[in-house]
This record gives sequence, C-alpha cells and structure tokens, in this order.
Amino acid sequence: MGVFFYITAAIAVFSTAMVVTRFNIMHALLYLIVSLLSVAVIFYLYGAPYMASLEIIVYAGAIMVLIIFFVMMLNLGPESTRLEKQWLKPGMWMAPALFCVILLGELVYLIAQNHTPVTGIKEVTPKEVGRSLFGPYILAVELSAMLLMAGIVGAYHLGRQQPKTLHRFLQSKPS
Amino acid sequence: MSTGHYWLVIGGVLFVILNTAAGLIWLERRMLALWQDRYGPNRAGPFGLFIVLADTIKLFFKEDWIPPFADKVVFVFAPAVVVASVLLSFTIIPFAPNVVVADFNVGVLFFLAMSSMGVYSIVLGGWASNNKYALLGAMRGASQMISYEVFMGLSLMGVVILSGSFNLSEIVAAQKNGWYILPQCVGFFIFLIAGIAETHRLPFDIPEAESELVAGFHSEYSGMKFGMIFIGEYMGITLISSMVVTLYFGGWLGPAFLPPVIWFVLKTFVFIMLFILLRASMPRPRYDQLMEYGWKILFPLSLVNLLITAAIKLLI
Repeated sequence: MGVFFYITAAIAVFSTAMVVTRFNIMHALLYLIVSLLSVAVIFYLYGAPYMASLEIIVYAGAIMVLIIFFVMMLNLGPESTRLEKQWLKPGMWMAPALFCVILLGELVYLIAQNHTPVTGIKEVTPKEVGRSLFGPYILAVELSAMLLMAGIVGAYHLGRQQPKTLHRFLQSKPS
Repeated sequence: MSTGHYWLVIGGVLFVILNTAAGLIWLERRMLALWQDRYGPNRAGPFGLFIVLADTIKLFFKEDWIPPFADKVVFVFAPAVVVASVLLSFTIIPFAPNVVVADFNVGVLFFLAMSSMGVYSIVLGGWASNNKYALLGAMRGASQMISYEVFMGLSLMGVVILSGSFNLSEIVAAQKNGWYILPQCVGFFIFLIAGIAETHRLPFDIPEAESELVAGFHSEYSGMKFGMIFIGEYMGITLISSMVVTLYFGGWLGPAFLPPVIWFVLKTFVFIMLFILLRASMPRPRYDQLMEYGWKILFPLSLVNLLITAAIKLLI
C-alpha cells in the first residue's frame, strides 16, 4: 500500500510540475490529465473507489476534453508557444515560488506535529456516499443543483437564436 | 480465486478479445458483401479466412510514416490510448460465473471512466496530425463523444437502480428472474445508440466521415498505427456488445444445456452482427442532426426513464 502511494504521489507531483512549466499548452493539458488520473489512483488506494471513478469520469474524462476541445478550436500553434516563452520569464516565477515555499513549510510543520494521523483505512462504498449525500449533506446537494440550474439558464440565454429572416432587406427596422 | 485460475482468465480474455478483433475484419467484409449482394474476400484459404493474415502482414510491413509537421510524441501515443482503454474495460465483464478478471464493486463506473478515456485517442490523434481535416474530425469526435457519454451513463443507471449494485456480476445474478430488457427497454435502446456513437461506428462515424473529411482524425496515420486505431474500434464493438448482453440480456444466464460461456458468446455475437448490419444499411446523419438528436431526444428520454424506474422501484 505504502509503496503504491509513494509511486502514485511522485507521478502526481511530477506531472503537476510539468503542467506549470510546459510552454506548449496541449502538452501541459496532457500532463494535467496524468495528474488527475494519479489523484484518482490515490483515492482508490485509500478506500474511495466511487470518488476515484468520478474523478476520472468528470475531471479527466469530461472537463479536460472540453478544455482540449476549446484549445483545439482556438488552434494555438507555435506562435502561442513563443508568446508563452516570452511571458514565462524566470522573474515571473519568484512570487508564486515564494508563496509555495511558505505553504510547503506550513504543510511539513503540520505533518511533523502529527495531529491527524491517518490510521485505519475504511472502504467507503458507493451506497454510503449516496446515503450521506442525500442524508446529512442534502442542503449542499440542493445548493449545487441550484448553481447548476443557474448555469443552464445562462447557457440557454447565451445560445438563444434570433428569429431568422430570409433576407437582410426584409429585416424589421429596430425601433 | 487461486492465482493460476486468475492468470488463466487474464490470458484467455486477452487471447479471445484480440483474435475476435482480427476475425471481425474478415467477418465484417464477408457480411457486408453478403448484404450488398457480392462475394467479398473468398479466395485465400477456407471461406477467405486467410485475408486476416494477409491484412495483418500488409499492415506490419507498410511504411510507418510520421509526418514531419506532426507533434511526434502525441502522434505515436494517441492510437495506444484507445486500445488500452478498451482492453481495461474488459477486465470488469463477467463472462461466466467466476470467469472475470476484476470483480470490481464500481464496475459500471469503471466502464464509463474507461470509455471517457477512449475519447483522447481521437482528440489527440487529430490534433497531433496538424492537418485541417484531422482537426475537424477530432473536434467532431470530441463533441460527439462528450454528449453521448452523458446519457450513456444516465441510461445505465436504470439497471443500477433495479439491481441495486454497480458490480456487473451482481447485476447478472439479479437478472435470474427476468432479463432487464423488459423493464428497461427504453434504457436499452438509449444505451445501444450511445454505444454505437462511442465506438463511432457507421451511422455515427462523423469523426471520420470519408466523403467529407478524407479520413477524419486518422488521415495522417499509416502502417500499424492505423491498424491500432482499427483494432481499438473492433474491440470497442465487442465491448459494447458484451456490455449490452451483461446489462440487459442476462449475461451468461441461459438454459442449462449449454455452458454459461457459450451463452455469453452467442448473445454477444448477435449484437456484433447487429453492428455490422447497421453499417451495411444506415446512411450517415449530418453533424448538427446528430447533436440535436442526442441532446433534444435521447437525453430527456433517458432522464424520464431514470425517473420512472426510480418511482417504480420506490413504490414496489
């Protein structure tokens, strides 16, 4: 178990670092998919097979395909790679790297304090996830449903088609 | 399950699936010919069976050309994705009692996850080719697969509600008193249509539409990489057929005069033939018609199916 975790975690960390440092956006997105898949494996290792499958279906499968779809539609070629190289100067890395080091230090300190030891991995079946989602967490589910509803209404508004006219001369004059 | 039995199952599944994929090349050409009143390949060997061998040898010895303008790593990587994801999906299918590679408690979800991974081979292959027809094919593929995946998952949930499990072996066992094709016939049709769209077979082969896009996303592929894409497609047909059989037609269940594996293979074979018959008989819809059909008809229908199934399950 421990060995598998370290291998997967190493892949996750490496691929996430690659996401940030690639100049070609498509390669960065591919590394992001690998990173999401390794997170799914970690979920599975620690007894959450349902979460692992959803991570792959929703994040690696659907959202990433949509992002790649739009990147393809924009057709970012070598030109954008050149621009990326211009923008990502070493100076740009300073502030984010500093903040990351602070966060990492905090994390290491907290782990070293050993307040929340991970003991006794218990498998959470899909049934239990469903029970708790529609039991104690029903409010959160309903709220996210409302958020999605707002998204759908917004998408409908944006995608609404104007009534078609046969010819531009036949269009009614805007009053 | 002992280790020996386990390795035997893995080896057997791999052997049968890969050979089925090769054999389907011959079967498809012969059946298409039959339905179109021709002979098809009938010269080499008995019934022209050696055409498979000839095709394979030809594919292996063809020049494997990587275009200089392509993104090389992604171009090579893309055909492997579809084969890997389809082969991984076969791990969860129960071929007979105790003949399953991984008796996974989220089997149905694993199948959905792997089928959503398969999209990347089209998308990445089309993008890495750096060719306008390939790119158009890839974009069509991405939008088609994403929209058909949504209600593929939703149509499966009817079966999950009835059997109360994501585990495919338990779903088969729950069909002892009646196959799910009767209570879930709407779900079955939606799943079958979505499955054809997922494997991008003929009525839904919009990503490769040869009459408009040269060969779509695999225009630039040649040699064994082209072969990999097609092996992936034929294995996808086998996968969708065996999923349909497992979920709606009782899997390995059948009268006792034949062993369970034979029942499973027979039922799967019927659906493979249906796939080939569809190719022989259906015209290709226009791209916007395909999307409209998916989102305006099949998606609401699968939601209604899910609601009614849940209500019935709640009341009985």
